[in-house]
This record gives sequence, C-alpha cells and structure tokens, in this order.
Amino acid sequence: MKRDNKDRAGFTRRAAFIGVVQLGVFGAIGAKLYKLQVAQHSKYAMLAQANSISERLVAPERGLIRDRFGVVLAGNQQHWRALFMQALAPEPAAVLDNFARLVNFSDAERARIAADLGDRPGYIPVLLKDYLDWPDMAAIEVNTPDLPGVIVEVGSSRVYPYGPALAHAVGYVARPNQREAKADTVLALPGMRIGRTGVEAAQDLALRGSPGFVQTETNVHGEIVRQVAHDPGTPGQDVTLTIDAGMQALAVQGLGEAAGAAVVLDARTGEILAMASNPSFDPALFDKGVPAAVWDQWMADPKHPLQNKATDGLFAPGSTFKPTVTLAAMKKGVLTADTILDCPGFLKLGDHVFWCDNHTAHGEITVTTALQVSCDVFFYQVALMTGIDPIAEMATALGLGTNLAVDLPNVASGLVPTHDWARARGIHWVAGNTVVQGIGQGYTQLTPLALATMIARVGTGLAVGPHVTRRVGDVLQAGATPQDWPVLDIDDRHLAVVRQGLFEVVNTQAGTAYASRLMIPGVQMAGKTGTAQVHDNTAAEKQRNFNDMTMPWADRPNALFVAFAPYDAPRYAVAVVIQHGNFGAQTAAPIARDLLTYAITHDPAGRDVPLAGGGVANAPVVPGGPLPAAVPATVPVADTQAMPDGTNMVVQ
Amino acid sequence: MSGYGGVMRRPLRDRSFGFARKFLRINWLFVLCVCLLAGVGYAALYSAAGGSPTPYANSQIIRFFAALLLMLAIAMVDIRIIAKFSWPAYAVGILLLLVVMKFGHTGLGAKRWMTLGGVEIQPSELMKLFLVLGLAAYFHRASYERIGNVLFLLPALLAVLLPVGLILKEPNLGTAVIVAAIGGTVMLGAGVRWWKFALVIGLIAVAAPILYHHLHGYQRSRITIFLHPGSDPLGAGYNIIQSKIALGSGGFSGQGYLHGTQNQLNFLPEKQTDFVFTIIAEEFGFLGSVAVLGLLYAIVAMALYTAMTCLHAYGRLVALGIGVNFFLYCFVNLSMVMGLIPVGGVPLPLISYGGSALTAVMLGFGVLMSVHVHRDVEFAGRDASAGF
Repeated sequence: MKRDNKDRAGFTRRAAFIGVVQLGVFGAIGAKLYKLQVAQHSKYAMLAQANSISERLVAPERGLIRDRFGVVLAGNQQHWRALFMQALAPEPAAVLDNFARLVNFSDAERARIAADLGDRPGYIPVLLKDYLDWPDMAAIEVNTPDLPGVIVEVGSSRVYPYGPALAHAVGYVARPNQREAKADTVLALPGMRIGRTGVEAAQDLALRGSPGFVQTETNVHGEIVRQVAHDPGTPGQDVTLTIDAGMQALAVQGLGEAAGAAVVLDARTGEILAMASNPSFDPALFDKGVPAAVWDQWMADPKHPLQNKATDGLFAPGSTFKPTVTLAAMKKGVLTADTILDCPGFLKLGDHVFWCDNHTAHGEITVTTALQVSCDVFFYQVALMTGIDPIAEMATALGLGTNLAVDLPNVASGLVPTHDWARARGIHWVAGNTVVQGIGQGYTQLTPLALATMIARVGTGLAVGPHVTRRVGDVLQAGATPQDWPVLDIDDRHLAVVRQGLFEVVNTQAGTAYASRLMIPGVQMAGKTGTAQVHDNTAAEKQRNFNDMTMPWADRPNALFVAFAPYDAPRYAVAVVIQHGNFGAQTAAPIARDLLTYAITHDPAGRDVPLAGGGVANAPVVPGGPLPAAVPATVPVADTQAMPDGTNMVVQ
Repeated sequence: MSGYGGVMRRPLRDRSFGFARKFLRINWLFVLCVCLLAGVGYAALYSAAGGSPTPYANSQIIRFFAALLLMLAIAMVDIRIIAKFSWPAYAVGILLLLVVMKFGHTGLGAKRWMTLGGVEIQPSELMKLFLVLGLAAYFHRASYERIGNVLFLLPALLAVLLPVGLILKEPNLGTAVIVAAIGGTVMLGAGVRWWKFALVIGLIAVAAPILYHHLHGYQRSRITIFLHPGSDPLGAGYNIIQSKIALGSGGFSGQGYLHGTQNQLNFLPEKQTDFVFTIIAEEFGFLGSVAVLGLLYAIVAMALYTAMTCLHAYGRLVALGIGVNFFLYCFVNLSMVMGLIPVGGVPLPLISYGGSALTAVMLGFGVLMSVHVHRDVEFAGRDASAGF
C-alpha cells in the first residue's frame, strides 16, 4: 500500500508535467491561431479574395448614331461569342486545344489569339470566337468542365440599317489593331471597336463610353459560381446627326449608277441634310473583317467606292465657279449689274483662242445674262479684269479652297490658286491661266461639300459652315441655329445680282437649267450648271465638240449643279457632281431639283429650327406663311409624294 | 493516508457495485464534451457539403451514435477484465497490421486500409489503443526497481518498435511517430527514468538526417514543402497555403456559417477529412476555433484527471495513454492545418469525416470511461496476468 502510494505520487508528478506540456501546446496552437486569424487577418482575407474573386472588364455599349429625327443609322446587334480568361485556367494551352477541337477556327485566328494572350493583362479577356452559332454554343456548354476560363456571353456588333446609303457619312468601325490595343488597354477588350471613318471616327471617343467590370466568384477549377458585382460601365453617348435619312435615301437613289456626290445643306445653318457618295460599300463588313476578295475589288474599282467624294473628291468646279468670279469682280469694282461685255464666241489672247461653249456668240450681254446662258467669254474677260488673287479671296469668303472645319475626317480643302501659290509651286502664271480661272477650270479643285457651302452662303449671305453632328448625347452642338453664323462681308446688292442671274438660269426658258425648274407653285430655286473638263483639252479638241458621248467615259467632262431654294427665302442648298456625266444641266440638275423638291415639301430643317427665325440678313418674308411639312422623313422615300397643290408628283 | 486511502477498494465480484451505479459513475461531463465535438463535426461537415447533410454529415453522425453506444457499453465492462485482454488485443493489432500490409488496399499512395465486416478500418488507428493496453499491462505490477532495469524495459521497447516499424512500412510516417510518442509517454508515466528518454531523443536527433534519406519521395517532399511552402503553390505546398488562407480569412468572428469562400469554393482539398478544422476557423473565426480548442483540451484534461485519480497502475497508464493519443491527434492535425508540421494523414478526432479514426477514438474513450468507473477497484492482485 505504501509503495503503491509512492508510485501514485510519482505518477501524479509526471502526469501533471504531461498535463502542463499539453496545456502549453494547446496554448501555442491558440497563440498561432490568434496570429493567423486576428493579427494577420487582412493579409489572408486578401489572399482569399484573390483566390476566389476574379474581375474582368467588359466593353461598354457603343453609342448609337441617329439621324436628325431619331432614326438609327448605326446600331448594335447582339450575338454570342466566346471569351477566354487565362487567369482562370490552370493550363491555358490545354484549354485552347480543347476549344479548338470543339469549334473550328483558322490558323490565322489561332495566331491572333496566341498574340493576344501574350500581351493582355489577366483582367482583360481574350476573344476566342465571335458570332457563335448554335452547334458551337451547345458544344461549348456541354464541355464546360474541360474549358475552365472560357466564357460564353452576349457581345454586340455594329449594324448599319441604311448600309451603303450612309456608309461615307456615318463611317464604319473595325477592331482595333494590336498597336492600338497596346496603347489603350480599354481597346483590347473584346467587343471594343474603333471608328475608322465618318462620324464613327469623328465622334469615336463620345461613342465609345467607358468600360464596366464583372466580378465573379470562381471555384478552384475556375468555374464561375456566381456573379458578385456587375457594373455595365458607361455606355457611349448617342450621336444625333443633321442628316435626314429620307433625304439621304433620295440622294442615293438620284445618283443611281453614276459615280459622283450629292450634298444637301440647310442653307441657314450649314447642317448637312444629305451627303451621298457613289458608288458605296457595305460598312458592316469592317466590323467582322473585310473579305480579301471584296477588298481587292474595291481597290481595283476606278470609281473608288471607299472614297467619300462629297468631302474628299476634288473636281474642277467649271461654270459653278462663275458666281464667285462675279462677286470678286463686283467687290473689286470692275463689274456692275449694268456692265455690258461682248461675246463673239471666242476670246483671242496672243496666239491662243479661248472658245465659248459650242463656239456660240452671245453678243453684248450683262452679267445676269452671262450667268443665265453660262457665257464663257464674258467671264474670261471678267477674270482678266479682276485677277486671280481677288477671285481667290472671294472664293475663300464663300468657303471654297479653304478649311471649313467640318466635323468629319478626310475633308479636303480643295484649291483656288493665287499668285503666291503659283510662285511657291514654281508655276509661271500667264494671262491664259487667269482666263480659264474665270470659268472654274485650270488649277481650281473643289469638293461637292465646298460647292454646297458656297451656294448656301450666296443664297443666305451667312458664312455657314457645313457640319454633320447635331447632338452629342443631349447637347446641341454649336451651329445649329442661323444666329450661330456670322453675316458674310459681301455687299447685299452684289449678292442680289448674282441671285438674280442664278434665278434666270433655272426659271427662264433661255436658262441652262430651265428643264429642271421646281414644279412647286410659288417656290423657285436658283442655281448654276457646270460642265467641267477633266483634263486640258487641246485646241483641236476644243474645235470639236468636247463634251461628246462618243468619248471614253474617263475623258468625258464632269457634270455639276449647285442650287438653293426657295429663291425668295433661301432655305436649302444643294450641290451635285456627276463624274463624267457630260452636261451639268442634263445629269446633275434633275437630281438637285428632286432633292430640293423633297426639301421644300418635307422641310426637314423646319421641324427643328423655327421657320421665321431671324439672322438671315436679306431674306424677304416668306410668301404664304410656313412651308408645308408633309410626311415624316423617317418613312423610306416613297414613289409618289403628296404635293401641296393636291397633285401627286413622281419623285424619280 | 491520501484522500483515496479511505475509499473502499472494490473486489472483482462486488454485488453492491451494480450496473446502475456504474452507469451513474461515468464521467458525463466528458460524454457531453464528446457529444458537443460531434455536434461541431456535424455542422462542419454540413458546411463542407455546401450546406447539405449529405454526403458527409448524416452518415458521420450515425457512425458517431453507434460508436457512442459502443463506448458506453465498454465503460460498463470491468477494467480488470479488459486488462486480461490487453496482450491478446496487442497481438490482434500486430496481426491486422501484417494483414493490411499483405492484403490491404491502397489509399493516397499507402497501404493503410482494410475492410473488416464491411467496415473500412485502419489497423494503425486500433494499434495505438492496443499498444497502450499492452504497455499498461506490462508495467501494471512492475516495481520501481524493475523499471530501473534496462533489461526489463527492452520487451516494452520492442513492443513499441514492432508496430512503429510496421506502420512505417505502410508507409505512414505521421502515425508511426504518434505511436512511438504514445509508447514513450506511457513509459514515462510508468516511471522510466528521464535520462533514458533524453538518450533516445538524442539518438533520434543524430539519426534523423540518415533516416531522411530513407524516407519515401512523397514523405521527403512533404518535409521540404513544409519548410518552403511558397516554392510550389499549386503542388503539394498548395494545401498548406490554402489552409492558412482559410484560417486567416476567418478573422476574429468568421465569415459566417456556410459563407467561407475557401471552403464553399473548394479551394481546400480533403477539407471534410484532414482539413475540417479550416471550415470551422474560416466560418466561425478565432472565437469558433478557440471554442473547439477548449473542448478538445477539456477532453485531454479530463483523461488526465481520470489517470491521476485512478488507484491502480493499469488504469492510470491506460487513461494517460488514451488521453495522450487523443492529444496527439489534435496536436498533429491542428499543427498540420496551420502549417507548423509537415502534412500527414491525421484527422481531427470526432470532427473529421471518416469511420476508422472515430471508431478507434471512441473505443479508447470506452476503455477510458471504464477506468473512470472502475478507478477505485481492487486491482493489485498477485497475478501478473499481463503475461510476465
């Protein structure tokens, strides 16, 4: 018993020692837990979040482009696409192999994906395949476990409901190239597009918006468990254009198969109501990538479908330049409304003979008659009296050969030569150069948009500038009202003389465009025809009838027509250029007539700008009150349209 | 005369010590703690399944109740009868280890498991208990002098090294070390001199580098990765890193039940077994883990209390060994989860999913309760029934 107790005492000591050791161990574990869970909590909480929360940026919805009445000209269409978040895939290469087995893609696409994977940060997904069809979708969904990091989601592509009709004005978007994507990571996002031409390019930043993000919780296999947060980002702003889709369609229809351009302006604001360039192209092709065959075809086409001929096409203005010459001469004081000059059918200058059109002798005429019948000899003499520098100065005042600060990319300034310009180019300027300057030939090169601006300024006396953007978001852009534009520094009486001449061009039987006069009671237009040589005709050619349908297409003269209407309260201005269309009066004027008829009957500008607005310096009161506002312009151009007098007129 | 001197020692056939009295003498506070831990286990396994009683929680709680009944039944068995079966049990344990070596099936690269009557068991788990019983029986009647005799200690040392060797061969380094530690603790409780322990520990320290070269590749990589967990984040070190993230992200009060991201998103492999503690720590935070730690220590402490209050050497050593076994389970598992020692397949008893460890632990608790119930029985007879 005694030994037993001694044993127990020894055991108790040792057991107590063990107990103390055990307590110490538990204490140490508790202390370590405290360190991990309380002291270092934030560190591990962050690691846990990094473990499970993955964030990726999502492309914002690109803003819409609308016409002045809200019709969508550039929209977004949703489609399914597959993205790849390599951060979620333990073995990206294996996932791509699996994906390639399920969904066909070309070696070029594979190479692009490999390049993208190489230089994108982890939170930017890489586009695997756009425009998935149902079999692809099903194959991906079924094989989700083998495709960690692959996300199928709705993407949007750019659609252009009016297609080629507005391709030049609205422009198109394309995927940013590798260099652009590197410079701005936002552009690297799948679905991001960059505007390449037209309004898409000019307003790219406003249309683009800013990206949002999706935070998803993923499990250890990279499978998305749930969405934690979703910020759609800021969608791009909608851009409202000055274009009237209805009038645009009519302009395209009017040009038909011909190469050329037609521009309609609100003459009091410079708002571009229609701007057609022919031939055109399908802008939607750029969103997906233009097929090589189509691209080659475009490049080989002598009519240059990709070029916006309204803003970038340079043409000799021909006789449409005569109002400018007239105003320059009157400003210089060498010409008045009563000045009479003789036209014997030619002008002899030294050894050289400059012929009047068709060698016609117009006799002794005033400037209005000269404009009416488009006498060349009259303006040869006026140009010689005036000199090229005053002509160029007046041209600049009317918006010709100058930078018009148009809110579009690729707008050519054109050229109206001066002595300085000639000297700089090493050109020996002779009197003969000045002579042809009088009829808008020679070095002078202008765009249809500039010609439309010129005729708008002549009509209204306002220094309007052409522009295509009316609103960005809800903000009305400057220039939308006549008050935004200064009055031209040109004598009203001089303008009145020119307008009178242009009136007679259209509304008198001897006028060159009498056949294209408006058929609207009480409303007249005033305009000027132009038939411009496309290269320096030899004297021998001039002896012949140079505007002959037997000539090769590329050698035929360009046909031009500029006009404004109504004559007594100028409201709309139009310029039409038909490449190699021979006579302006024959091919260009009817198109201009149809456009102005539409403008007067539909009055697209009148529905956003008050008709009786001030600011038009010399506009007489509109007779008969406001012009009728007919069917909404959003309706596609109808074959027949109601006329104010109750008859139906076939709009070509 | 100590406090226990006056207590009547109960002979083997004591009619006054009937079933009811024995039943009431069970340490019910201990049973309560065991049940509470099983409840914690249920909650953790429910969460591990993403908020579902299947497949873990329900089947585990059923196993627990079966094991609880077994435990209470064993608690009723007189400790002196259990003592008689100490060496046979030890022999069975060795036999099972041999059988598992020959016929057992492989799990996680080691032959540890065997099926017995439809139940998956790990003989090494049972061996821990049987070794304790064997050693306690061996030292039960040994005098202080005999314990000082090195020759007398040799059989006991062999009795420890035999299962340790067999378990190492499985291979299962963690359990082998635990078995060795249990054997050592029982010997310490039996009164083996301190310097002998110092000597053995010293020898091991010298031999460790040599032994390291004889470790299996995966055992070595566990140790390497433990020393540099960041070196292979998605390989074997992944477990340690993810486990620490789970613990740390729990914070003071946890992410909320069923809302631990590490757990719910499966960043932890084997979370329902070895890493079950991370679920509690992540979802209930420091408060929850300390509460569980407290419950675990309460069991360890009550086992020690039973050992210290037992009047016979057999009961003392058995209670000590079983308590230490449980303690080592907890220590190894928690240290592993916190990245303090290399990872090994050691579950957290009563909480982890799995039947083998639960059964072994509850069997041990049954014997422990039997010691508690029979702490003051007459058990110092002349016989050296333990076989020497």
